[in-house]
Amino acid sequence: MLELKNVNFSADGKHILKDISFKLGAGKFIAITGPNGSGKSTLAKVIMGIEKPESGQIFFNGEDVTNYTIDQRARMGISFGFQQPVRFKGITVHDLLNLSAKEKLSSKDACNILATVGLCANSYLDREVNASLSGGELKRIEIASVITRGTALTIFDEPEAGIDLWSFNNLIRVFNEMREKLAGSIIVISHQERILNIADEIVLLSEGRIAKIVPHGEPLESFIPVQDVRTCCKL
Amino acid sequence: MDKVVLDKFDSALLKAVADLDNMPTGAFSLRRNGQPVKVNITPNINIIPKKDKPGIDIYVRADTKGETVHIPVVITESGINDVVYNDFYIGKNADVIINAGCGIHNDGCNDTHHNGIHRFFLDEGSKVLYVEKHYGEGDGSGKRVLDPVTEVHMGKNSSCEMRTTQIKGVDSTIRTTNAVIGDGASLVITEKIMTHGDQLAETNFKVDLDGFDSKVQVTSRSIATENSTQKFVSNVNGNNQCFGHVECDAIIKDHGKVISIPEITANCVDANLIHEAAIGKIAGEQIIKLMTIGLTESEAESEIINGFLK
Repeated sequence: MLELKNVNFSADGKHILKDISFKLGAGKFIAITGPNGSGKSTLAKVIMGIEKPESGQIFFNGEDVTNYTIDQRARMGISFGFQQPVRFKGITVHDLLNLSAKEKLSSKDACNILATVGLCANSYLDREVNASLSGGELKRIEIASVITRGTALTIFDEPEAGIDLWSFNNLIRVFNEMREKLAGSIIVISHQERILNIADEIVLLSEGRIAKIVPHGEPLESFIPVQDVRTCCKL
Repeated sequence: MDKVVLDKFDSALLKAVADLDNMPTGAFSLRRNGQPVKVNITPNINIIPKKDKPGIDIYVRADTKGETVHIPVVITESGINDVVYNDFYIGKNADVIINAGCGIHNDGCNDTHHNGIHRFFLDEGSKVLYVEKHYGEGDGSGKRVLDPVTEVHMGKNSSCEMRTTQIKGVDSTIRTTNAVIGDGASLVITEKIMTHGDQLAETNFKVDLDGFDSKVQVTSRSIATENSTQKFVSNVNGNNQCFGHVECDAIIKDHGKVISIPEITANCVDANLIHEAAIGKIAGEQIIKLMTIGLTESEAESEIINGFLK
């Protein structure tokens, strides 16, 4: 359902994504991991259309979407969960969920969605999605706004970041439900071992290249070497 | 003065500024084209026309609860220069809503002015929600000008919330609000303004926090588009143990211009005063977020603006 062919991306003179190619089948869950600065978030943004590759192609359900805008891709069935949730003055949690759902959700429906991410609707529906919410609350609302859409492909950029009060079990349950109920494909950018462990495949990025694609079940230590950073300093 | 027939312009303006489909129930005073046309009173709310100048005195009896006073103004004749003086006397422990607003329809080439000079006197423990909308329409070259002046005198432990909105069609406005806040009293002002074309909107707030534990919260949310200009001036004086918070958020588009001038003065060591101001265009990340859930760029911008001014 998703295929990247020889995707390259540069910014500020730096070659960030180098000749990225991979395929994601329907209903599959892949985790993209790698060191900081390896290009993980950029790759996610390129798939969503937030960043434009300088070369290469992106196919979604067989259609070349390389030059499609963000909203065109969204309407085709791609969703994106931001690492740093965006804040809005005046737009409430209920408003955001309505926009995501493309309909006016009843309080009960909105409540069910928020419960999925561990929030009580009574306390949140009428609150603005602004700085009065904590980072963890904003992150859960961001995830809620994404899962509300129920699209064929959902991309999460480090969904675990900032949700320390919410257990990983819930996050993993959300992923599993998305796969079961929607038969949706999921791409998760993550460093978390528990998320990597439930992926069908792990794509390891290193310095903008795919260093390795590892099937489910292979021990992480075998392909993510532990590096002593002190060696970089050459002291 | 009993029988009032509203034409289509009157009705449209009433709907826009007061969300009224017909004459309201309860206490009200309708003013049209510079003249009072209909007044209604209740056992608890009396409205008396002033004898020395245009306007009314509104008396709300002590302990009145849950009543609404409507005082809409509509102007459909081009070239009118209407100044009206309305004084509100809110009795002890009363709790009322005052629904004001002015709509101008100007199809002519002469400027139309309306200046509402409002004074509020809140007795001890009273509570007021004041809602005001300003709106202009019409195809004439004459300007639609609204220059309201508001004075608020707040007695011990009284509270007042003022929600003012100017969304469309007012060519020029200079709003002046002065408030003196007594012991334990609380004033909340929320203004929302959107300007376009060559419009000018200026708001000036001067608040004296005289009372022990007095409070004021002023929030201004504005959007200046095309070649319009807005100016927000706030002057809060903390003269006792008090709390004051002034927040000005503005979005600018096209060639819109916004000036924010804060002044907070602590004349007492226990005064706690804050001023926050932020001016900028719509954040690109907000538009991108809404596009990722399927909105076009223009739909996203529209939702952000609607939310901001909601």
